[in-house]
Amino acid sequence: MSDEILIVDGVSKSFPAGGGWLRQRRVVQAVDNVSFSVVRGNSFGLVGESGCGKSTLARCLLRLIRPDRGRVMFEGTDIVQLGRRALRRARRRLQIVFQDPYASLSPRRTVFQTLAEPLVVHGIARGAALRPRVQAALAEVGLPAEVAERYPHEFSGGQRQRIGIARALMLEPALIVADEPVSALDVSVQAQILRLLEGLRNRRGLSFVFVSHDLAVVRHFCDQVAVMYLGRIVELGPTRKVLEQPLHPYTRMLRLASPVPDPAARFKLPRIEGEIPSALAPPSGCPFHPRCPDAMPVCAAVRPRTVEPEAGRRVECHLYG
Amino acid sequence: MTEPVLAIRNLAVEFRSRDGWLPAVRGIDLDLAPNETLALVGESGSGKSLTALAIMGLVPGPAGRIAAGSSIRFEGEELVGASEKALDAVRGNRIAMIFQEPMTALNPTMTVGAQIAEAIRVHRGLGRDAAWRESERLLDLVKVPSRRRRMHDYPHQFSGGMRQRVMIAIALACRPRVLLADEPTTALDVTIQAQVLGLLEDLKREHGLAVLFITHNLGVVALIADRVAVMYAGEIVESGRVEAIFAAPKHPYTLGLLGSTLRIDRDIEALQPIPGSVPAPGALGRGCAFAPRCPRAVSRCETEPPPLEAVAPGRLVRCWMPA
Repeated sequence: MSDEILIVDGVSKSFPAGGGWLRQRRVVQAVDNVSFSVVRGNSFGLVGESGCGKSTLARCLLRLIRPDRGRVMFEGTDIVQLGRRALRRARRRLQIVFQDPYASLSPRRTVFQTLAEPLVVHGIARGAALRPRVQAALAEVGLPAEVAERYPHEFSGGQRQRIGIARALMLEPALIVADEPVSALDVSVQAQILRLLEGLRNRRGLSFVFVSHDLAVVRHFCDQVAVMYLGRIVELGPTRKVLEQPLHPYTRMLRLASPVPDPAARFKLPRIEGEIPSALAPPSGCPFHPRCPDAMPVCAAVRPRTVEPEAGRRVECHLYG
Repeated sequence: MTEPVLAIRNLAVEFRSRDGWLPAVRGIDLDLAPNETLALVGESGSGKSLTALAIMGLVPGPAGRIAAGSSIRFEGEELVGASEKALDAVRGNRIAMIFQEPMTALNPTMTVGAQIAEAIRVHRGLGRDAAWRESERLLDLVKVPSRRRRMHDYPHQFSGGMRQRVMIAIALACRPRVLLADEPTTALDVTIQAQVLGLLEDLKREHGLAVLFITHNLGVVALIADRVAVMYAGEIVESGRVEAIFAAPKHPYTLGLLGSTLRIDRDIEALQPIPGSVPAPGALGRGCAFAPRCPRAVSRCETEPPPLEAVAPGRLVRCWMPA
């Protein structure tokens, strides 16, 4: 095999939900037997709509949430099985960037304190050695050195996201899990941040797991993409192939519903039926069958197996056997 | 173009600060015709949402106000400076508004049916039973499934997309002529967004609505707009038919927005982000507000604000150096 920095194998995570007095205990299967791998230096996209489990899965990769089952092999070690100290060591190489940098930065700490903290916690540097490292990280994300003494509320959304990225870079990671890193930003700022991430990937050879609901962003940034629906990967493959010749009817629906900035390509607004079902009561058989334009009788009864219609592509759909 | 139902001239909205009144919307003109969707496009801080609030007479006072010399005419009647009573007859009635997050606009302690019926009773003076039947009809119109049962549900029992349908039903309760839609699909998933946009399109056609659609998403604009007005720092910098704007953007800011927008249907070799960020209302220079970020800026742009001028029929651009 090629050099795979991350191998996710059969990961599942469920949460108890509702229940309570006299009520039946219920369980949400947020992530259901998910497997994929990321080649070193590549970006792997996880796409899907709200509630599909993409953010839970992202947190499982860093064991911010511990999976119920499965393995997360990062640079050869299973993150799920690590003890506390070994996990902390592994997390130097494995960092996360969140959607809302405002919520993920402490309002009472200066940028310097926020960026220096991981170095101190991991015993990498302290005292006078901190400042040059903080300044180097700020320069790398395109912020002037003097912002180090300021507080998060003094920055715009785009600048805060740069700070969030700088924090993730402090420990020289090999892989960054980015959970909707540009979704809260204005278009022009979104483009700035994507350019920054592209630069980091090229200069540092960083690998990314990039979680997004925006297929256009994923097309631009990711080599591979997995489409999730109700906790499962329903389609996986090279990004351009998946978006240009989608196999799964759900991928086709997402593709059709995504607006294109070109009135000449104006489509008749799709009359999409139905809503995303609740993960509390997933449909029988294929979970997509109630909304699927191609549904057959078998789809309501039997969950489709994963098939590989061509090398490097996977789909979970009865149309493909 | 048919006679506009809404005509805005020289609209300015300002906010009080330590340094006096700061302009957030700086003299905009807009016309909106029946059966037309005008997209008001811009990023955070461009003044697009404030424009809608001003039309509704909802600029939050006393820190904010509509500046003297502004005019908003609805069916020929001046709204700026009109009495509360006169305004009440128009806003929420002949001009309705829907928002990005319907949950904040819905009452969590009332069933959905009761809320729609209340709007009908207040605005149309129908009796209890007639209002309830009308509510059911409206939920049907916005395609909420199993409406009889759902009339008795509370807003939290609805999904985001269904809540936005309820908001649209309430907005339609008073048979408005103008609908102000402020990022109504931004918080929704793409498949749900497509459903709600399709619904708005049908309603516009069937009822001859004039829709002012506020969004930052150029993909949505290309999908639904007849005309487009691009706002930057409180001003309209470019406006025209949607096909013309996308085919040949003239203002460097419009060009920059399009250059920053990724497409699902094609590869973009190199993203061309606009450098810098939107200026604060108090931090505007003497010249063009976009000049500090503009790749085409010349010295005149720093000192002299460009006027909004016609470059073709129905096409206006505010730039000394248009593309």
